[in-house]
Amino acid sequence: METEVKLTKLASCAGCGAKVGAGTLVRMLEGFRTHQDPRLLVGYDKSDDASVYVLDDQRALVQTTDFFPPIVDDPFLYGQIAAANAMSDVYAMGGEPKLALNILCVPEKMEAAAVQEILRGGYDKAYEAGVIITGGHTIHGAEPIYGLAVSGFVHPKKVLTNGGARPGDVLILSKPLGIGVLTTAAKAGMVEQPVLDRIYRQMAALNKAARDVMTGYEVHSCTDVTGFGLLGHSFEMAQGSGCTIHIQSAQVPFHPEAYLMAQMGFIPAGAYRNRGYAEAGVAVRGQVSRAVQDLFYDPQTSGGLLMAMPEDQGLECLKALQQAAPGAAMIGYVTQRGDSWICLE
Amino acid sequence: MTVIDACGLSCPEPVVLLRKAMFTQEDVYQIRVDNPVSRENVTRYAQHQGYHVAVEAAGETYTLTLTK
Repeated sequence: METEVKLTKLASCAGCGAKVGAGTLVRMLEGFRTHQDPRLLVGYDKSDDASVYVLDDQRALVQTTDFFPPIVDDPFLYGQIAAANAMSDVYAMGGEPKLALNILCVPEKMEAAAVQEILRGGYDKAYEAGVIITGGHTIHGAEPIYGLAVSGFVHPKKVLTNGGARPGDVLILSKPLGIGVLTTAAKAGMVEQPVLDRIYRQMAALNKAARDVMTGYEVHSCTDVTGFGLLGHSFEMAQGSGCTIHIQSAQVPFHPEAYLMAQMGFIPAGAYRNRGYAEAGVAVRGQVSRAVQDLFYDPQTSGGLLMAMPEDQGLECLKALQQAAPGAAMIGYVTQRGDSWICLE
Repeated sequence: MTVIDACGLSCPEPVVLLRKAMFTQEDVYQIRVDNPVSRENVTRYAQHQGYHVAVEAAGETYTLTLTK
């Protein structure tokens, strides 16, 4: 809809680029008292996408929340993207989201119609996902924030953590990279409308289809590539799995326009934070240009799923995935732990 | 020499200011920024436009001299 407000002008940083650095969070939570519970399969200590708590032998509860400032000016689209992004963490655990709560913060002077459009976007994506929004909480604040707290279910034996990758696995990424760079360049008016439309569609696309395909195969590990970028999330998967992850740079899909924009320095602060967090674990073998590396550290809003599975499964899964997620590609493989957590080739 | 003060600005504004200034195609520019992200992004833009970049740091402030 047409609106007086330019939503992105109200935000100091955009989308998942607003995420606090991974290293910062780990240090903050050190030493806090928490209860131990054998039913808690995945908790905060695992740096995973969502928590998983076993209810009975058929069901485990998956919980997650995600919210961010506007990444686009259209409030309906912003709502759609924020909701798709929030539900993605449940898909990344192999689960199905079921219930959600709105988390909303809006400036007091924002038009009611624009606020309603944000919510309509969220409800639209929740409906598409088969999720019921049962309530939420709204406050006034300087910058708009929207997202969901999501609950879903997964079979306790089919939980996909980011710590299950095994030597011999291949890696598949379901959406191309470059979102953070392109949305930063867009703030400078450097991106043509057809390119923007393409990345908006991508960000609003649920990871449900990729998850539904993936669960038909023997997937060992999965995470969604969001605020920490491909290399930040790969770093967590490598450490969690005790393996080395090899990224075959030439195979990694990205939006071609993002490459030029990275060369020209339209790189969000989050990409530098991600580099600072993961770079010590990354060994670069051969020629991988700085701009390509920047895209690999680029924070993705509502990014794709990164999956690890045996090679024969991977080839078939990729074929099936390309129907549901045309940008999907095989981007690397997993070996026993070598000299570095990640090898960029 | 055109001097640009981009202190207090965050990405992508310093690059946008430099880009506008470079429409005049001078041989030397100087730009001041006050955070490492802007320093890196301005460096990338200048190098992409064929300029050599020299950085001088004074506390939180970086002065980048860009020469053809």
